[in-house]
Amino acid sequence: MLGPNHLQRLEELKKLYPSSQALVLPVLWMVQEQEGFISKESMRYVAELLKVPYGHVLGVVTFYTMFHQRPVGRHHIEVCTNVSCMLRGAANIVRHLENKLGIKLGETSKDGTWSLAEVECMGACGGAPMCAIGEEYHEHLTTEEIDRLLERLH
Amino acid sequence: MEPVILPNIKNLHTIDVYEAHGGYKALRKALSMKPEEVVEEVKKSNLRGRGGACFPTGLKWSFMPKKTDKPKYLCVNGDESEPGTFKDRQIFEFNPHLMIEGTLIACYAMGIKTAFIYIRGEYGRWIRMVEKALMDARGRGYVGENILDSGFSTDIVVHKGAGAYICGEESALMNSIEGERGYPRVKPPFPAQYGLWGCPTTINNVETISNVPLIIANGWEWYAKIGAAKHPGPILVGVSGHVRKPGVYEMATGVSLLEIIYKYAGGVPDDKKIKAVIPGGSSTPILRGDQLEGVCMDADSMKAAGSAVGTAGLIVMDEDTDPIAVLARIAKFYHHESCGQCTPCREGTGWLEKILNRFVRGEGRKEDVDLLMDVANNIEGNTICALGDAAAWPVQSMIRRFRDEFERRAVSRPVENLVA
Repeated sequence: MLGPNHLQRLEELKKLYPSSQALVLPVLWMVQEQEGFISKESMRYVAELLKVPYGHVLGVVTFYTMFHQRPVGRHHIEVCTNVSCMLRGAANIVRHLENKLGIKLGETSKDGTWSLAEVECMGACGGAPMCAIGEEYHEHLTTEEIDRLLERLH
Repeated sequence: MEPVILPNIKNLHTIDVYEAHGGYKALRKALSMKPEEVVEEVKKSNLRGRGGACFPTGLKWSFMPKKTDKPKYLCVNGDESEPGTFKDRQIFEFNPHLMIEGTLIACYAMGIKTAFIYIRGEYGRWIRMVEKALMDARGRGYVGENILDSGFSTDIVVHKGAGAYICGEESALMNSIEGERGYPRVKPPFPAQYGLWGCPTTINNVETISNVPLIIANGWEWYAKIGAAKHPGPILVGVSGHVRKPGVYEMATGVSLLEIIYKYAGGVPDDKKIKAVIPGGSSTPILRGDQLEGVCMDADSMKAAGSAVGTAGLIVMDEDTDPIAVLARIAKFYHHESCGQCTPCREGTGWLEKILNRFVRGEGRKEDVDLLMDVANNIEGNTICALGDAAAWPVQSMIRRFRDEFERRAVSRPVENLVA
């Protein structure tokens, strides 16, 4: 299931970690990078690949919030609502995004373009309010800035 | 003081510029010393951990066994997830080689051959920056086999987290590296005896480890004189919330909170008064705005004021802020991030959130104030790790300092009508 580049990277990683189980997180990242999310089938594949029980892989996937168990939108927008962002208007940002995209927090648009999620502190408190779209951080957000971002991505 | 962790030097993140400004000279110097001399130097500098607990770094290093058949490990903690904290990301972006050099010196001092830099998964962009810096350092012979012909070898691996505040707790971090759920471990045994894969392990915060090259290059006497006597050195203070210029500011320890807010961060927008501050990340006890006079960003001063330096993530709230709504948000965070191993934390954090939301909705009862305190008191000290304490402290301190606010908002309604 993993592509040749990932499999090659896995061989390199094996030299750096003394146990196969330690590769569970790195390999799950590879799966998610390739597939966009981690299905039960992928978990069984990872279990087999690393010779760890399927239940262990399932346990890891369900523990960490960044592992998606179902597909997210092509643009996955995560809005921080923790204290520093809350103090600088995160609620407005959430409301604006929900209105613009026609989806609520935790939902994906029907055409699969957008998904919206509330997240805990992303470590960008000095740039509050903020959101992340994929791996990109967008700080000092305003509703106008969101409009520009969405326009650009669409 | 002039910044030394994040000096204003263009392109310092590149290895050429870093070397041109004396980079990796501290590593050369350390390699010419005996490992125990390096530990002694760090001990005498009085460097204390910048990850939250202010534990003396040199002392922590000295816990590592000298004679052991097992491999030893270093973990550099870059999980940085405490709300209000955003300083380590600056080091990854603007001075990653300082952290790498510090990691190498620490490895040499403790006889460690493998170090893991654990970085939270959300920092994907910054992980790539650190990996690039590592590749360049490896290319110049600073990382890997026989470093600078000293006979000493060590490798550094970047490990990407996947979204879990708890993995910033050192034993949860180790479990996460081992490919487990991020469950904190019961201590003792402590990591220096039984850490990663049961081997002696030391865990240091990114900023802590970045102080090490400065100590070695300039000597412990230089370092110990900076800032507060018992908690010296430069410190990265992240200021967020209601200030004109939020951001990370480097200063000596011991600067007063008012100076940080008004001089560094430009004061409060519209010249509003300060209602309250959270001085060092969401778990540190809240302080009232009218009680900030003379409180400084160092361990002793903060302790005397009834709070803690924590991660030096200072969150400022202006006079129009609803402190109960803020506390309810903090409670939601700890409820969400509780790993669920210990009943007091797993259940208690949920109860705290629920009761606080009653207040936010205007349905809080007078007796809920004591109930909140009771729940918090029964979490504190009764869990495997400090997340339970971290959830309890904000509640306890908020009630202690804003009890009037809670009581004013409480409604008198009989208990039986409160089925949510």
